[in-house]
Amino acid sequence: MPDGFSAGDTAFVFICAALVMLMTPGLAFFYGGMVRVKSTLNMLVMSFVSLAIVSVLWVLYGYSLSFGPDAGAGLIGNLDYLGMRGIDLNAITGTIPVTAFAAFQLMFAIITPALISGAIADRAKFTAWSLFVALWVTVVYFPVAHWVFFFDGGNGGWLGDRNGVIDFAGGTAVHINAGAAGLALALVLGKRIGFKKDPMRPHSLPLVMLGSGLLWFGWFGFNAGSALAANGVAGMAFMNTQVATAAAVLGWLAYEKIKHGAFTSLGAASGAVAGLVAITPACGSVSMLGAIAIGLIAGAVCAAAISLKYKLGFDDSLDVVGVHLVGGIIGSLLIGFFATGHVGQTASGLFYGGGVTQLGKQALGVVVVLVYSFVLSWLLGTAIQKTIGFRVSEDVEVAGIDQAEHAESAYDFTAVGASIARAVSATATVSTVTAEKTEVDA
Amino acid sequence: MKLITAVIKPHRLDEVKEALQAFGVHGLTVTEASGYGRQRGHTEVYRGAEYTVDLVPKVRIEILVDDEDAEQLIDVVVKAARTGKIGDGKVWSVPVDTAVRVRTGERGPDAL
Repeated sequence: MPDGFSAGDTAFVFICAALVMLMTPGLAFFYGGMVRVKSTLNMLVMSFVSLAIVSVLWVLYGYSLSFGPDAGAGLIGNLDYLGMRGIDLNAITGTIPVTAFAAFQLMFAIITPALISGAIADRAKFTAWSLFVALWVTVVYFPVAHWVFFFDGGNGGWLGDRNGVIDFAGGTAVHINAGAAGLALALVLGKRIGFKKDPMRPHSLPLVMLGSGLLWFGWFGFNAGSALAANGVAGMAFMNTQVATAAAVLGWLAYEKIKHGAFTSLGAASGAVAGLVAITPACGSVSMLGAIAIGLIAGAVCAAAISLKYKLGFDDSLDVVGVHLVGGIIGSLLIGFFATGHVGQTASGLFYGGGVTQLGKQALGVVVVLVYSFVLSWLLGTAIQKTIGFRVSEDVEVAGIDQAEHAESAYDFTAVGASIARAVSATATVSTVTAEKTEVDA
Repeated sequence: MKLITAVIKPHRLDEVKEALQAFGVHGLTVTEASGYGRQRGHTEVYRGAEYTVDLVPKVRIEILVDDEDAEQLIDVVVKAARTGKIGDGKVWSVPVDTAVRVRTGERGPDAL
């Protein structure tokens, strides 16, 4: 390998990439447990298909648009790496192979659209969703990743590299981006039938807990891996991730106990995700005490923010806005207060003698990504709605989207009432034999 | 003959069974049931959204008895099932025309 290559860093980044990959199935379970039995599978597959679609597009043109040489003004990458051409085995970026960097960044591109699916649970056509994922990463995620993550000594992405907006691991590029898109799609598709009237209880809180546990686990790859090296910054990011998440669980639970009188498991799981979201942009620039403060604030504020949808009347089914958009905004803005200036970045926040300069920069990043993502997502969603239709028919929604869109159901309930089940399965066996016999006779 | 039906809290089933045995009842039927009375179930909270769960788990006990034992038996069940808290349940009796022991074909009080 060429000079500067580090086997340690490379091994670390590959493992982190694999950890981040696991977050998407983790997210699928987090969301899947929160919906009703009749649409569990659809929720799982909406995340899973993002793994498939985005991986292919990433190689075709996604990596090039995000991390290809800047095409001008830090807005988008050029097409030099179309089909990953020109990237040979010895190509390195920093101390790791370009392939390791591309694999790591791919996992971010996969989970971001998957996050959006929570806003439109129970009611989106699967083809429309798949088309949306492909279009959305192309016109929203790839450019935004370039703005935020493409560094080229001041000539890179216009937000991160040229204007100094700090987003260590994707608070703006991933969470605000997905949260704003989720809000747009929730508005385009409209409310679920029975919203605010029917009980829409999570069907499996253990699945939600499992999913949030997997997210928490994978998030170490997301945040620590964003150092792109096995070094002290990665260590800080790792610890900040842990303590901020822990504090956010406590913050959410405390809010819940005061407001609703109970500590719920869904609250603990949601608090963890809110904390992870909020520390994501900040984990490379704040101290561990700062991380605890950010986590506590995010946990309590996100717990309060999830009631927004009832007050404002939009049906963001699984609180993508309340958790990801609000959590992402909190994390990004608090960098302006808590950045110490000596963790990973040199910029200091308000509490560390840096004045309001960094806070202004953070606000710029928040507003730009929020508005861009919301407007483009709304346009894409509306275009799909007006052409092939985004929402399933009323009868499909009431009966459950799993049967209509996937010809499957998540659970087999025939075992409930064993004697009836035996009778049913005996009949089924007979009919199969009869069917085979008929086939032979024919 | 009378059919006595009791809908009670599940955790009082053992006490009621023991009291009935002590009273000399030979048989009873127990079914899992769900329902609500004046207390209207309970409340669950999911991300701040409160859901009222109307139907709470109950146990339904049915006992066939001779007319002269009915009143006393109702008292036995009520005493054994009572916790004093809301949702303890109800006990009622209805007249029964006929009862048949399936194995022997005996009818009326002999079948009990």
